[in-house]
Amino acid sequence: MSTQLPTQIPTGGYNFAYLDEQTKRMIRRAILKAVAIPGYQVPFGSREMPLPYGWGTGGIQVTAAIIGPEDTLKVIDQGADDTTNAVNIRSFFQKTTGVATTEKTREASLIQTRHRIPETALSEGQIMVYQVPIPEPLRWLEPREGETRKMHGLAEYGVMQVKLYEDIAHYGHISTAYDYPVRVNGRYIMSPSPIPKFDNPKMDNSPALQLFGAGREKRIYAIPPYTSVKSLDFEDHPFEIETWDGACAICGATDSYLDEIVTDDTGGRIFVCSDTDYCGERVEAGHKGADDEEKAA
Amino acid sequence: MTGTLLAGLADPTLDSQRLFRAALEALSRPGRIVTLPDTLPDGPPAPLMPATAALALALFDYETPVWLDEVANTPAVCDWLRFHCGCPLVTDKAAADFAIIAGALPDLSDFPVGSDAFPDRSATLLVQVAGLEAGGDLRLSGPGIDGDISITIKGLPDTLPTLWEANQSLFPCGLDLLLTAGSMLLGLPRTTRIDRRKE
Repeated sequence: MSTQLPTQIPTGGYNFAYLDEQTKRMIRRAILKAVAIPGYQVPFGSREMPLPYGWGTGGIQVTAAIIGPEDTLKVIDQGADDTTNAVNIRSFFQKTTGVATTEKTREASLIQTRHRIPETALSEGQIMVYQVPIPEPLRWLEPREGETRKMHGLAEYGVMQVKLYEDIAHYGHISTAYDYPVRVNGRYIMSPSPIPKFDNPKMDNSPALQLFGAGREKRIYAIPPYTSVKSLDFEDHPFEIETWDGACAICGATDSYLDEIVTDDTGGRIFVCSDTDYCGERVEAGHKGADDEEKAA
Repeated sequence: MTGTLLAGLADPTLDSQRLFRAALEALSRPGRIVTLPDTLPDGPPAPLMPATAALALALFDYETPVWLDEVANTPAVCDWLRFHCGCPLVTDKAAADFAIIAGALPDLSDFPVGSDAFPDRSATLLVQVAGLEAGGDLRLSGPGIDGDISITIKGLPDTLPTLWEANQSLFPCGLDLLLTAGSMLLGLPRTTRIDRRKE
């Protein structure tokens, strides 16, 4: 059956969105089951992609299976639109689908992300696609797939609580700072991918659909919109996100996740928003950085 | 097969994508009635509805055994599905990945519901109903729904809430439903709770 792509869609000689139709159907069926069982990792036949495992092949396959000509795509890597991984994945989809791309969170219908959730609140109709390296939250505690599968099946998650408890016994607090495990819809324990725990609360009851793809590990999972996502904790050690004393050096934000940037070889450093779009929007709105304000004073 | 075979999707690539996105929208936001784009140049083979036929083309292939109920199991439908999707048609419900139900709701207990270890290995049922309307006496809640949402499903037995409760009690196993009426679609994943609103 020949595909009749409208001539205005340039796809670089490949099928629309690179993958063949049978592969897309297989991934789509996996995504539908993932949505029906929130937090459960659906195995799928992950394909070789034109970049190595570990560079977002799972996220790319999920995006390729869902993207259409009407979509506007945003790709971020640790919050930034202009880093290697983000730039290359964005240009991959520009080449193979011709879809519109944007750096604005608000304008995107589809956001593929590596390790961050945008600071700007997501809205209904948006879809987040996360790149996931290790989808199994229990993997570091139990290396055998057969066992972890059984533990998920029986909701036998005591070992994870013990791990968090041991953190408290050793350090006085839960030391996990990223890929902090969550419980989805009161049932499955799920890896939120290596986002900072700062982003975990954004997953809870989000109006957007969240899809997760792990290419090397061949798993797809999902959180439907308006679904409860609770970070694991204890009554006397409730879940807490990171806080900073400082503000972003560029836009002065105190409510966003900050990256530390080394500026010279004599120990100079600044803190800036990890979400470049959020930072840029604030600067456009006239906000000044912490450094600028000091100079002005 | 004679010249009576109806055409498939006009644009197999982009139409499948649009149809899948509609199915994704329906399953991730249960209770929201989604209207599918018009993708079948010749219309569906009777007695399939446009939505049922279009979803079949978007989701079925040689990897998905399909079960047809007595009403849907006509030579025209079988030939059409075999030609366009290449899907195996099975008579054993337990072997089906998908089912098309065009008549009365059959006994659901024979369809695969998955296992504790692999709850995804469960059937998805395409069920044709007489009508879908927003508002009404069925109240849906659960993942994908902000609070609750009311709908009317015409042509399903009044015992639906009870039937569905049995399905829900299997969680994480269970069946997922895609209800179609004309070109409208409503998703009922296993996580959705259905109550009959008491006046």
